[in-house]
Amino acid sequence: MSHNHTLYKKQVSAIRSVAEGVYVLSFQRSFTFTAGQVIAIDIVPDGEARLYSIASGEQDKDIEILFDERPEGRLTPILSRLRAGDSIYVSEPFGSFRSDAGKAYWIAAGTGIAPFVSMIRSGKADYKTLLHGGRYDENFYFASLIEKNFRGKYIRCCSQQEDTAYYKGRLTGWLKEHNLATDNRYYLCGSAEMVVQVRDILISKDVPFQNIVSETYF
Amino acid sequence: MKTNLFGLTLFQLKEVVSSLGLPAFTATQLADWMYKKQVTSIASMTNLSKQTREKLESKYCIGMTEPSKVQTSTDGTKKYLYPTQIQKFIEAAYIPDDDRATLCVSTQIGCKMGCLFCMTGKQGFQGNLTTGEIINQVQSLPEFEKLTNIVYMGMGEPMDNVEAVLNSIEIMTSPWGYEWSPKRITVSTIGIIPAMNTFLERSQAHLAVSLHSPFDDERREIMPIQNVYPITQVISEIRRWQLGRQRRVSFEYIMFKRVNDTPRHANELVRLLHGIKCRVNLIRFHAIPDTPLEGTSPENMVTFQNHLKAKGLTVTIRASRGEDIFAACGLLSTKELLRKQQETDF
Repeated sequence: MSHNHTLYKKQVSAIRSVAEGVYVLSFQRSFTFTAGQVIAIDIVPDGEARLYSIASGEQDKDIEILFDERPEGRLTPILSRLRAGDSIYVSEPFGSFRSDAGKAYWIAAGTGIAPFVSMIRSGKADYKTLLHGGRYDENFYFASLIEKNFRGKYIRCCSQQEDTAYYKGRLTGWLKEHNLATDNRYYLCGSAEMVVQVRDILISKDVPFQNIVSETYF
Repeated sequence: MKTNLFGLTLFQLKEVVSSLGLPAFTATQLADWMYKKQVTSIASMTNLSKQTREKLESKYCIGMTEPSKVQTSTDGTKKYLYPTQIQKFIEAAYIPDDDRATLCVSTQIGCKMGCLFCMTGKQGFQGNLTTGEIINQVQSLPEFEKLTNIVYMGMGEPMDNVEAVLNSIEIMTSPWGYEWSPKRITVSTIGIIPAMNTFLERSQAHLAVSLHSPFDDERREIMPIQNVYPITQVISEIRRWQLGRQRRVSFEYIMFKRVNDTPRHANELVRLLHGIKCRVNLIRFHAIPDTPLEGTSPENMVTFQNHLKAKGLTVTIRASRGEDIFAACGLLSTKELLRKQQETDF
C-alpha cells in the first residue's frame, strides 16, 4: 500500500543561491501544472517527502522551487548541497491554490512568494496588488523578474534593513496603515503565523473571511 | 546536558543501553520502571546495579515535567499547562465524565495549519513535541490512574508530528508500556493524507477527521489544508482502509452559524460519507477572540443532527465541557506565549 505521494526520479538542472541560505532548485518539467500548485520532493524514493510551491511558469522548460535552508531540518540542508546532475524524487503537481482573474491582493512572506511568481510567469497577474514581506532587501526574491513582468502594484515591506528603499516595517504594519478594498479577493502564502496575523487584520478591516484564501507552509 | 530517557520506546532504550555497554535486558528493566512502576529517577530503579545506575546517570535522566498551572472548570474539567524543552507552553485537558475520564493531549507547540476557527493557530508554529513531551502529559497527570481514554485533539496537528505520535501510542499500548488497548486512543487529523496512511498502517488506534464542511470551496475558506489535501481525497483514502469494524473512524464537525449548518450542508455531508461506517460528532463552537464565526444555536444543532440521522448516519452532539476555562481552544498557552513573545519578522 502506498503511503506517500508517488515520486519520480529527476535530475537537478541547476541550483542557485538567491540570498543567504535561500536557493532556487530546478529540474526539467515533464508534467503540466497550474500556477499555485505544489510538488512533493525528497532525495529518496520512499521517504517522507516535503511540499514546495512551484515558482516557475506553466510553460517553462524547467520546474523551479524556492526554499530556505533550515539547519535543523531533514531535507533542506541536503537539497542545498545538490548540484546539477544529482537525483531527486518529485511527485506530480497537485493542490488548488489558484488565483481568480479579477482584482486581488497577493500577500506573501519570505519564500511564500513562490506561487505568485509562478502566476506572474504564467501570465495570470492582471489587476493584482502584490505585497511581499522580508527581513532584508535581499529577501525580495525574484524582484527583478517581478519588476519586469508584473504590471500591478508591487509593494515590498522590509522589516530589518534600516536603509531599505522600500516600506520600512512588517507587512502587517503596511496592511494596518492602508485602506483595503473589502470586495477584492486576498491570497495569502507563508507561515501559519503570518497567515493568521494577516487574516486577522483583514477581517478587522471588514474583509469577509470568504474573500481570503490561504496557503500555509507545513 | 543530560538526555531524557522518558518517552523512548523499547527499541530506542535498547540502543541506549547498547551504547553504554550494558546488557540488552536493561532496556526492558528501564521501560518497566518508567512506564509501569512510573518512577521519576534512575536512582529509584533498585533492581539495576549501582554501577549501571551510575553509568545511566552520567548521561541520562528520566526527564518528566510537572504541570506548571491548572485551571478547573465548574463542570470538573481541568486544563493543565506544561512547560516544554524550548521554553514554550502546551495544554492538556482532563475531562471526567460518569464512567469515563478522557485526556486531550497536544502534539505540537502551536500549529502550522492556520484554521480560521482555532485559537492554537494564532500562535503560529513553535515546534514539535517530543514523544516524551506527549507521553508526559499522560503520565504526569495527577489523575493518571483514573484515565479511561486518550484523544489527540489538543494543540497541533498530530499527523504533522506522526512519528512522535506513533511512538507515544506504542508506549501506551505495548506489553512493556501501559498495556492499554488501542481502542482507548483516538487521534485526530485535518487530513494530511500521507501521514494519515502511515498512522493507519502502524497503529490500531481510532481515527477522527476534522471535516467541518463538505464543500470544497467552503472548506477552503476555513481550513487552508483543503488547498493541498481536499476532503474528498481524504474520504477516498478512508474508504480504502475499510475502517469501522475493529477500529472506529469519526468525523468532527464544528457547527458555525450560517456557514456550515444548513440543509444543503447536511445533504452533502450524507452524500460524502455514504457507505462509510462512522460516527459524526457535531461540536458547538467555542468562540475565540476576534473571530468572524458564530456558533450554531443548540436548537439548530439538533435540527441538523436529526436531518443526518434521518438519512442513516450515526450522529452525536458532543457536550461542551470546560467552557468557562476555554478548555478546548489553546487560549491558556497562547496567552502565556503572547505575554513572553516579541513580534516576529515577516
